[in-house]
Amino acid sequence: MLNRDELKEIIISLVPEAEFAEGTQLPEVIVPVAKLLELAEKLKTNPKTLFDYMINHTAVDFNTHFMTVYHFESTTHKHLLVVKSKIEDRENPETESLAALYPTCEFFEREVFDLFGIRYKNHPNLKRLFLEDDYGHPLRKDFRDEVNMIER
Amino acid sequence: MTEEIIKDVIIGESEDYIINIGPQHPSTHGVLRFEVCLQGETVKYIIPHVGYIHRGIEKMCESLTYPQIIHLTDRMDYLSAHMNNEAVCLCVENALQVEVPERVKYIRTILDELNRLASHQLWWAAFGMDLGALTTFFYGLRDREMILDIFEESFGSRLLHSFNTPGGLMHDVHPNFQKKIKEFIKYFRKKLPEYDQLLTGNVIFKQRAVGIGPMSKETAIAYGVTGPSGRGSGWACDLRKHAPYSAYDKVQFTECLETEGDTYARYKVRMREMWESLSILEQLVDNIPEGDYTAKMKPIIKLPAGEFFQRVETARGELAVYIVSDGNKTPYRIRFRTPNFSNLFVINTIASNFKIADLVAVSGSLDLVIPDIDR
Amino acid sequence: MQNLYDFSILTGAIHESLSRSMSPGWVTFTELVIIGLVFLLFFALLGLFLVYLERKVCAIIQNRVGPNRVGKWGLLQTIADLIKLLIKELIPIRKSDKFLFNLAPFIVIIASLMAMAALPFAKGLHAIDFNIGIFYVMAVSSLGVVGILLAGWSSNSKYSLIGAMRSGAQIVSYELSVGLSLLAIVVFSGSMQLSTIIESQSNGWWIFKGHIPAIVSFIIFLIASTAEINRGPFDLAEAESELTAGFHTEYSGIKFAFFFLAEYINMFIVSGIAATVFLGGWMPLHIGNWEGFNHIMDFIPPIVWFFVKTFFIIYVIMWFKWTFPRLRIDQLLTLEWKYLLPVSLVNIVLIAFLVLMGWHF
Repeated sequence: MLNRDELKEIIISLVPEAEFAEGTQLPEVIVPVAKLLELAEKLKTNPKTLFDYMINHTAVDFNTHFMTVYHFESTTHKHLLVVKSKIEDRENPETESLAALYPTCEFFEREVFDLFGIRYKNHPNLKRLFLEDDYGHPLRKDFRDEVNMIER
Repeated sequence: MTEEIIKDVIIGESEDYIINIGPQHPSTHGVLRFEVCLQGETVKYIIPHVGYIHRGIEKMCESLTYPQIIHLTDRMDYLSAHMNNEAVCLCVENALQVEVPERVKYIRTILDELNRLASHQLWWAAFGMDLGALTTFFYGLRDREMILDIFEESFGSRLLHSFNTPGGLMHDVHPNFQKKIKEFIKYFRKKLPEYDQLLTGNVIFKQRAVGIGPMSKETAIAYGVTGPSGRGSGWACDLRKHAPYSAYDKVQFTECLETEGDTYARYKVRMREMWESLSILEQLVDNIPEGDYTAKMKPIIKLPAGEFFQRVETARGELAVYIVSDGNKTPYRIRFRTPNFSNLFVINTIASNFKIADLVAVSGSLDLVIPDIDR
Repeated sequence: MQNLYDFSILTGAIHESLSRSMSPGWVTFTELVIIGLVFLLFFALLGLFLVYLERKVCAIIQNRVGPNRVGKWGLLQTIADLIKLLIKELIPIRKSDKFLFNLAPFIVIIASLMAMAALPFAKGLHAIDFNIGIFYVMAVSSLGVVGILLAGWSSNSKYSLIGAMRSGAQIVSYELSVGLSLLAIVVFSGSMQLSTIIESQSNGWWIFKGHIPAIVSFIIFLIASTAEINRGPFDLAEAESELTAGFHTEYSGIKFAFFFLAEYINMFIVSGIAATVFLGGWMPLHIGNWEGFNHIMDFIPPIVWFFVKTFFIIYVIMWFKWTFPRLRIDQLLTLEWKYLLPVSLVNIVLIAFLVLMGWHF
């Protein structure tokens, strides 16, 4: 089981562009979108980290940008890691798909596409999961629905 | 599943014989639609369609205070309502660094295990019924009534409790609590072998379950199938052991693992978990410490700015709560990573190339609760 | 003693009184009408009673009470259900083959009625007494398959078609085992005529006289006939948790009532044949040379004996259904072709050998 500093060292050696956040509950690393797939691949295969279980993937809408969040755990070493990546473009947000590495990610990404509108490159089946095709993206902060939402 | 297959499935034009199972169907427990492509009796592929009960819980929670969110979490996986509540409460308490009294921890754990037992009883009842042994439904529900009576006396509602609140419990448990639980343990210890007599050793049942829907450990980890379904494949993912919370570090129990990964293995894991739950209850019920039923909390709960993560073992797997807070009394973003979401989507991998009747057996053994998938 | 309960006195008397007032052709016609009416009435009452019995037996196994509100002990429950089914709307299907769709329930009912006519209820109370009795019963009950297949096909629905195909495969396979197990007793008694088979059991039921091979045949007959009537662990064709209701999904109202009724009557027929062939029909239970015991047994009318035996087997069949889970279609067919059929064949050879050697009682 690696602690926060050891993880930081290994990750910086794998992908130098990664930034580490301080003072968070779990070890957190922020990577640019272009390096996301590479980092995920290396984290999965590196024998010291071996992050093979993706617990969660979601996105958060800060009003100026999106942040996609991945939570990983290693079933052998039992350490947790949070990987985040920032998407600046609000009109056509795009990021890389990790579905080839983690099959469960295919469905997390479909949900994020459905609720936020973030597109994933190389996704095997990018369709909406819960809502109709013309519904809009409800979890965005600028989503308005006159019928179902009450504004205070 | 590649895009070529999706393009071909236009009803009436393609060669494939597609039938829909659901959304209204006696054996998909909840509103779930399986689009099944058949070749004779054999299933070629399955596409689950979800979203029939999407209520936007995550969006709703962005305008509710933390004590109000507890009431919505009940309704996700309603059969493990208490664990859902506990997940949010633990997340908030860890964020505020509040230490709950020991009494609260013990009572929470006892109610967790009772809830797990009730959920597994209902699973057994419905699983037998799906396979045609209609009597199991009555035996399972009859025994579950005793647990639901305990719940009703304690908090007034049988299924959706909302008894937890950030800081502790809503009110103290009634004086008969320990006595009723001890009666129940004594009663159920005699009844649980009956379940084995009725279904577990039956030759017909074994033929329907052994070797059906095999899931290897790698598949389970790759698809994130946690809970008893994952433990049936040999993946030791019980959070009560590996990341203990509440009073789980004070009890002795074994983590039930099987290695074959087929329907029968998942069945056996859940049956053994019922025995383990009874033993945990026995260890805790006499030792509830005296004390407060809640810690002192401010009337309006505001989490400090930052991100918080908490994982809990529900009856079906790992529930993770991820809260992004900006210092207000409502969360900025709350995310529930529900176990049934990941458990469902493995079904195409494990139930293909088996018969339709096996699809029913496999989805019963995965123990899906649909509102958990859609939230 | 049995002359006291001989129904041929009654039937003979009716025949005499009719012949005095009508010409022979009319006599036959009137008798046919009377028999037909009696059977239809019996059919309907039996159906009602069996549905009630099933619900009560099911309830007891499941630790409940069963119907107990409508009428004393819930006896009028089935009548209430019948009225409900009669006044339900018959939902027509747009693209179905209307003639076949309406014909299918009738074929099933006709097959059941024809088979029931051959059951010997008591001495002299035997409507059709061919010299090929058993062969006739098997042939006629096979007509039911045609009704099921037509129902599934003409409903124009995928679920119904799958259910009908499964059912057809199942019934056609299990007829072999049914036939072979009945053939076992034919070899023992030397005749296919049902009344002769019963007469040959006057010194003991075949299940006791034929010892081991007869018991093996009895067990195979029970299993195979439960599969023939689409019941119990073999009810895949109408498995509610998989295909809604299989081949009769699209039927409503009185047509559904026909399928429902035919299933219960088939259960009665199959139990009646088992009681006749293996358990002695209307013969009372005699034990060797216990004269006193045999005398008391003779007092009970044969018709009561027949019904007691039949209802005992009906109870066993109902017990199977509510306890065991369902078999999958390929497991069902495997059971027949790989296990029951070879055992039946070996059994027949064994029985032929036994009869030649005279090693039965």
